[in-house]
Amino acid sequence: MNDERVSKSRKAKGFILRSLVYFSAAVICLLLAGIIFYILKRGLPHISWDFLSGKPSLLDGTVGILPNLLNTLYIIIMTLIVVLPLGVGAAVYLNEYAKNKKVVRIIELAAETLSGIPSIIYGLVGMLIFVQFCSLGTSLLAGALTLVIMTLPTIIRTTQESLKTVPESYREGSLGLGAGKWYMIRTAVLPSAIDGIVTGCILSVGRIVGESAALLFTAGMASEILTPAQAVSEGGAGSTLTVSMYMYAKERGDFDTAFAIAAILLILTLVINISAKLAARLLKKGKGK
Amino acid sequence: MQSKTISTVHIRQKPARTNSFADFFEKFAHIVFSVCGFIAVGFVVVITVFLVVSGVPAIREIGFAEFLFGTKWMPTGDFPEFGTMPFILTSFYGTFGAILIGVPLGILCAVFLTKTAGKRISGVVSSAVNLMAGIPSVVYGLVGMIVIVPAVREIFGLPDGANLFSAILVLAVMILPSVISVSETALKAVPKEYEEASLALGATSTETVFKVTIPAAKSGILAAVVLGVGRAIGEAMAVMMVSGNVANMPKIFGSVRFLTTAVASEMSYSSGLHNKALFSIALVLFIFIMAINLILNLVVKRGKK
Repeated sequence: MNDERVSKSRKAKGFILRSLVYFSAAVICLLLAGIIFYILKRGLPHISWDFLSGKPSLLDGTVGILPNLLNTLYIIIMTLIVVLPLGVGAAVYLNEYAKNKKVVRIIELAAETLSGIPSIIYGLVGMLIFVQFCSLGTSLLAGALTLVIMTLPTIIRTTQESLKTVPESYREGSLGLGAGKWYMIRTAVLPSAIDGIVTGCILSVGRIVGESAALLFTAGMASEILTPAQAVSEGGAGSTLTVSMYMYAKERGDFDTAFAIAAILLILTLVINISAKLAARLLKKGKGK
Repeated sequence: MQSKTISTVHIRQKPARTNSFADFFEKFAHIVFSVCGFIAVGFVVVITVFLVVSGVPAIREIGFAEFLFGTKWMPTGDFPEFGTMPFILTSFYGTFGAILIGVPLGILCAVFLTKTAGKRISGVVSSAVNLMAGIPSVVYGLVGMIVIVPAVREIFGLPDGANLFSAILVLAVMILPSVISVSETALKAVPKEYEEASLALGATSTETVFKVTIPAAKSGILAAVVLGVGRAIGEAMAVMMVSGNVANMPKIFGSVRFLTTAVASEMSYSSGLHNKALFSIALVLFIFIMAINLILNLVVKRGKK
């Protein structure tokens, strides 16, 4: 760098560009740190056991997010139950069954298209298809089914990537011992692709937890505690954490509650990120690579 | 190839050993997996059909030109007007502004991650970027509403800080993670020989990055920009919380409404033609997104060649 042969103007240009690079990295880190710090500072003081385990009531003047926590959990479970077989099945088809390159390309293109569609459009289409056309009404079920379409590409992609790394010798060995194709997939291929499936699940959970626009018109805005049986029934409407946070901030102007929920969402995001990383590392190790 | 020979051998032996039930089961599994495989295609078709069917009638009723180029959106008046130009232009300006701020910042940060920083620091920064990608959009909206909106009001001496400018700032932050991660991949994919050749010719390492590596990665970086455009144009909740949400023609310091927020904010109370017109807006948004997807695919394909 301190070479005499490099002219001063070149040095100056290099210095400016390098400073810009450092500057932008610093800006991004400071931004994130600022956002995290601010949300935790404003949100954490309002989080208490009563807050986590209560429900909002105007009569008692209490604020609680238990219904929203439960709704988020219900939606995550319902979505994963439906999307996992579909997504893993699609990935298996793409990697093990499909022979026609064009067919594979079309399906991959469709999955890419799905992942590019904004969530507000999913919200509308979910409303049209599940709420109105399938007459499920505004319900957690309709919301979960909408999220199935939304998270499908993630599951397909991660599973497919993982299936690609399963050694060909596993398949040959299994087939050579006389296994049928389905038996081979079930016993040799899928267990070795478990890391991709788990990563896909965790990423989908992250997406579901953070989703709001797609749920606004499909899952509703109510904040009543639902039993699991109510949650899967037609009329079981309710808001998840993000939707209720939006309602608190925008409709009611209750920013203390909104920040408390934001802090919880932030912590959840952090946990999901870390567990995605850990899962990928641990399960890859288990693969013996 | 080896696997094929083995599997044919296996098939030849099969009738001797397996019963028809197992055969049936194999076929059944094949069918089930094929159905799963095509379900993504099915979803795309269903979404398109539903949006077109519910979006086209209102455009017909209002008139194509009136709908797209009308500058007034007054859906509930005695003489309702359904011009979506304000939303389209707002979405366009908002996205453009977010790209203008977010893309240079994102690319420079990607350069930092791939070329400048040591392994440990770049690990920390890239997990920060990952975390940023995971933060729900309503959380960005909340922070924007409480921090950016008042700040914009104070700094520029405006009566209200909820305007296009605030929305651009929030969008710029929100597209950063995708811009960074895609350009990072693109920069990493540049062959080392290019850089080595440049260094051997006497260029400094900074000159090499900006004159060799970035130009070589330009199709990947372009993909990052297009992805950022898609993210910005489709964002609804965060923008709704900071843009003021009034259907004006866009002004940098005026309250505005985006395509996404028009749908999100009016859906709950609209009825009749107004309701149908919202689906038409969604259709317009969908067409934009599909066009962006198409461009993205072309860019990526050209990059691969």
